[in-house]
Amino acid sequence: MEPTTLFDKIWDAHVVNKIEGGPSVLYIDRHFIHEVTSPVAFSGLEGRGLPLFRPQNTVATPDHNVPTIEQHLPIREELSRKQVETLTANCERHKIPMYGLSHKWHGIVHIIGPELGITQPGMTIVCGDSHTSTHGAFGAIAFGIGTSEVEMVFASQCILQPKPKKMRINVEGKLAQNVTSKDIALYVISKISTSGGTGHFVEFAGSAIRDLSMEARMTLCNMSIECGARGGMIAPDETTFAYLKGREEAPKGAAWDKKLAEWKKLKTDDDAVFDTEYTFDAVDITPMITYGTNPGMGVGVEGSIPTGDELAGSDKATFLKSLEYMGFHPGEKLKGKKIDYVFIGSCTNGRIEDFRLFADYIKGKKKASWVTAWIVPGSKQVEQQIREEGLVEIMESAGFALRQPGCSACLAMNDDKIPEGKYAVSTSNRNFEGRQGPGARTLLASPLMAAAAAVNGVISDPRD
Amino acid sequence: MIEKFIKIVSSAVPLPIENVDTDQIIPARFLKAVERKGFGDNLFRDWRYRKDGTPNPDFVLNNPKYSGTILVAGKNFGSGSSREHAAWSVYDYGFRVVVSSFFADIFKGNVLNNGLLPIQVTEEFLFEMFDTIEKDPTAAFEVDLEKQAIRNINKSTELQFDINPYKKECLLKGYDDIDYLLSLKNEITAFENSRV
Repeated sequence: MEPTTLFDKIWDAHVVNKIEGGPSVLYIDRHFIHEVTSPVAFSGLEGRGLPLFRPQNTVATPDHNVPTIEQHLPIREELSRKQVETLTANCERHKIPMYGLSHKWHGIVHIIGPELGITQPGMTIVCGDSHTSTHGAFGAIAFGIGTSEVEMVFASQCILQPKPKKMRINVEGKLAQNVTSKDIALYVISKISTSGGTGHFVEFAGSAIRDLSMEARMTLCNMSIECGARGGMIAPDETTFAYLKGREEAPKGAAWDKKLAEWKKLKTDDDAVFDTEYTFDAVDITPMITYGTNPGMGVGVEGSIPTGDELAGSDKATFLKSLEYMGFHPGEKLKGKKIDYVFIGSCTNGRIEDFRLFADYIKGKKKASWVTAWIVPGSKQVEQQIREEGLVEIMESAGFALRQPGCSACLAMNDDKIPEGKYAVSTSNRNFEGRQGPGARTLLASPLMAAAAAVNGVISDPRD
Repeated sequence: MIEKFIKIVSSAVPLPIENVDTDQIIPARFLKAVERKGFGDNLFRDWRYRKDGTPNPDFVLNNPKYSGTILVAGKNFGSGSSREHAAWSVYDYGFRVVVSSFFADIFKGNVLNNGLLPIQVTEEFLFEMFDTIEKDPTAAFEVDLEKQAIRNINKSTELQFDINPYKKECLLKGYDDIDYLLSLKNEITAFENSRV
């Protein structure tokens, strides 16, 4: 038999039909939905007079719009409240399980899926959100879709997709201390650009990847969309199985043993061929920070903004436009620059390990007086864990307050907006113009970099 | 059903900026509607309007010299979020074709599902289009989906473009994917049963 990749094995096992010269009809195992990209799909479905085909394969949670304080009160902003209420009503009407604001399992859709054991190896998973790539950390094919496709999944539990090309990104060796998987992601994107992965699905491999915890793997796969790829995935292994075992929706007893045997077969064959392959050395990666308005514009914290001298034409114009928005100059050093806000959270870095890293750094230190910090857990369960582990006391005595779960300042659809012209060191995934609020200037980094910036009030190297 | 797309002859609106992401096409704060209408008003919102809400005269959509149903953009157009609102806003504004030298995957899929044609051209052809429009903002371009060709009429240059044959058929006939998927219900159920 021809050697195949992990991606091929899962994809091929989900093809219901293939249109000659066209896309495949791909069966979807799990469909996550939230309040922003689902309402038009529900009304489309109902407009056609169709039932929801497989409500039991669908899971809903409101996350994009929700406030991160006083969640027990009605949402003040009318349009946000209406979107959340619409999701609730749609889920009730179509019998979709929903973890709403008051539920003990509420949280960001890409945090709660893995946390509840809904996300499992070998699955196909979609959601109307590009960071669905997060779930690939379990050895699943998971990717973001548009609202028309959400409606397709509602109607048929399938979507039409052309099979993407395959890319493997190997990271070999041992990561240095204080270097995280967020740094791997920002490093790789700075090397291959925000369009380097376009048309591809990425498998991350190599010894540095195998050494990562499940949560660190999720951060890396989450960011795979930022290099343009449809998604990223990592072959399941003992780390994956240990994480899943015993979670609410994970198989139990004999069913677990049966699944485990199947999951163990999910890996790329030795001689399988990828359309594109990159290999990076883990020792070259240092704590990263971005300086521009796309996630590929990143450097090591000790580095400088490129001069742009080698660029010409529209490349140069785009580079300079980006720096002008950021208020930076070509060739400048980033370390020591004053910052105003820090955001810890999002589907990229809103898990317990991220808050442990943050708390470990700030313990016994004090937040810089001029910095506003928003510490936002990814889910109720993460919030609970932060409390149980005593991290809240550490945060409070250092001058930080814990908020309630949601997407928050990552995309600033709720009230958590960075004011115009202010600098925010953010553990989220995108530094686009206006992403965190009109005129906001975002510097993407790891929770550890964000912790150091919050304490020192300037861009700092957490290794100092 | 989507609107049929067969042939268009139109002037074009130039946006020679690279990596235009979905947050520029439509900022997240305008995604709060629960109905699919009116998104064109907020297309390129933060470039198109000043802070006080008045139109920014320097932005191309506010320049009366430029008009047409073809948007011509720098490479890597539509990167970022999967929000279909980005495709809706471009369509709702009145564009029917987006030309660039490179598109982000999800955005490309989304526009195709909404009767909007993404045409990937060479850098050379793109720069020639920008140049033509700069010299003559009324310059017309012809897009023929059946022939899979885009023509710069002033320069008499033409380029063939790629499109998935299935998607081409859908656009020409105004079909959408759900019609097709519904016809497969029996196969889908059989597939589910085969996996148990």
